[in-house]
Amino acid sequence: MLQRLSTFLYQRPRLVLALLLGPPMLYMTVVYLGSLFILLLNSFYYLEEFTGLIVREFTLRTYAQIFEPANRDIFARTASMAAAVTVADALIAFPLAYYIAKFASPRLKTWLIIAVTIPLWSSYLVRVYAWKLILAQEGILSWFIRLLHLDGALNWLLSLPGIGGSSLALSPIGMFIVFVYIWLPYMIIPIQTALERVPSSLLEASSDLGAKPFQTFRTVILPLAFPGVVAGSIFTFSLTLGDFIVPLSLGNSKFFIGQAVYSYQGTAGNIPLAAAMTMGPVIIMIVYLLIARKLGAFDAL
Amino acid sequence: MTGQTQSAIRFENVSKYFGNVKAVDQANLEIRDGEFFSLLGPSGSGKTTCLRMIAGFEVPSSGHIYLYGQDVSNLPPYERDVNTVFQDYALFPHMSVGDNIAYGLMVKGVPKPERMKRVDEMLELVQLTGYAARKPSQLSGGQRQRVALARALINHPKVLLLDEPLGALDLKLRQQMQVELKAIQKRVGITFIFVTHDQEEALTMSDRIAVFNEGKIVQVGTPAEIYEHPATAFVAGFVGTSNLVSGEVAKRITGREIRFSIRPEKIHLGTMDTNIEADSYSADGVVRDVIYLGLYTRYLVELNGGGDLVVVEQNLKTTSMDVLKVKGQAVRLHWKKEHIREVGGS
Repeated sequence: MLQRLSTFLYQRPRLVLALLLGPPMLYMTVVYLGSLFILLLNSFYYLEEFTGLIVREFTLRTYAQIFEPANRDIFARTASMAAAVTVADALIAFPLAYYIAKFASPRLKTWLIIAVTIPLWSSYLVRVYAWKLILAQEGILSWFIRLLHLDGALNWLLSLPGIGGSSLALSPIGMFIVFVYIWLPYMIIPIQTALERVPSSLLEASSDLGAKPFQTFRTVILPLAFPGVVAGSIFTFSLTLGDFIVPLSLGNSKFFIGQAVYSYQGTAGNIPLAAAMTMGPVIIMIVYLLIARKLGAFDAL
Repeated sequence: MTGQTQSAIRFENVSKYFGNVKAVDQANLEIRDGEFFSLLGPSGSGKTTCLRMIAGFEVPSSGHIYLYGQDVSNLPPYERDVNTVFQDYALFPHMSVGDNIAYGLMVKGVPKPERMKRVDEMLELVQLTGYAARKPSQLSGGQRQRVALARALINHPKVLLLDEPLGALDLKLRQQMQVELKAIQKRVGITFIFVTHDQEEALTMSDRIAVFNEGKIVQVGTPAEIYEHPATAFVAGFVGTSNLVSGEVAKRITGREIRFSIRPEKIHLGTMDTNIEADSYSADGVVRDVIYLGLYTRYLVELNGGGDLVVVEQNLKTTSMDVLKVKGQAVRLHWKKEHIREVGGS
């Protein structure tokens, strides 16, 4: 009986494929794409201001609301934060990833990769709150800065318009620090993978042909690791773009996209606007991914 | 110290350790200006490590390396006037063939028009004219090999290092490249140092050869010297095939307690009534195996009273039918006394 079934299936590879892929595909289409579709649908409805009821008819007026100055600022603020975080993560991650990929002994490499990923094992929420304490006015970081007599510099930094605030925890600088920390592993791993694939003989060849270490870095290492940087930036950029926990816990009262969506769909009950604002990052990321694919980033994942 | 500046490369008691492993042990070597010099040995014998020390990828644990009289032992690769052709070619995948070849000039700041002119010259030298715009991934193995060669030669290095560059090519292409490499070397007049584990390749191409075994240089000489007068049993066995005879068997044949090697092609296969001249040795036995190889036939002869010898004879008049009949027959082997080489320990 079992053997007949096995023979039956062996002769029908397409049926086997359908049986194997069916359940996950069903899940993906119904739950994942389905919810996205409902989101899209909702973004074309609008909220009747006087009654506070959602009017279920097709309209673009919710999208028009996104281009109001207040919402435009939210987009600009979030996108520039995401860009700054991405650049900072790439700058920090590259030397680390390079060391792990090309210099560390196999034993040390294992330990370093564990060290890089260990923060991901603990809850992200807990780490954000930990940072809130670290960055607080009376927190350990401020204490340390005072110890070094650098509080003048810190106060100057916090007095800067746009990025300053009453303390690190309540300023965009604090948010920036936490974002950079939280998404760093997602940048290190793809860069390390990309560098791992650059044969050492290429670096030797470059040096052999007379290139000084910096020239080798600029002309061989960087171009070959670039797809890894782009791959990492997909994570850091999109995760920052959609996050609402960090802006909610840290920073000032100025909204970020995730936070805005959170409040529109919650207390304000404006689900159409929340949906429309969510489509913003989705569209930004689709464009970003298309560019990334052009740059060969998906080969490094 | 700088008395003999005409040696291109000189090793002075060079050793290299990797942890506890002795990769190169007290190597002394002199490579002459303009020579095609091969470092020959099995894998792990230290030949590649020696090459890497000349290139600057490894620093000797002790001893000195001189490049035309200058001590380069501790110079980084980019400050040495040597270039390398890598085993895996190591072409930059993100650059065109032209940019790969021009790389050495580019990092030195040679202006673009000059670079392009010299790239064209190089492409002509390696017979790849018109390939400058291609990517390395669009080339065949043999073409990549030529690009790697052009990329190294464009810098006019004092010494060119080649690390088993023909290893990845098929036999036909390999033989063709051997001839071409030799021709290019003659044309540019640069000292070539060639690492290989293929004894035939070393014999074909080299002016002189250094044979490596277990981190030591066991013999240095011309191909003929190495082949005809192997210094040790290892060299005799590694370079070409060789019969190594010792102990009882050697005593029975020569009457003396020696250890000697004899090349299979020097031994003649005769019938049992063959008369043995005074200048020859002989041994009787039975043909146990016959391997017909087209151009020649290899016989394995089991000697009466123990031991066996490999004999190779060219198929000048015989056919496969003839030679296969010999199997199982009693034969008398004989060879000129002058063809045996007494060899030392290992």
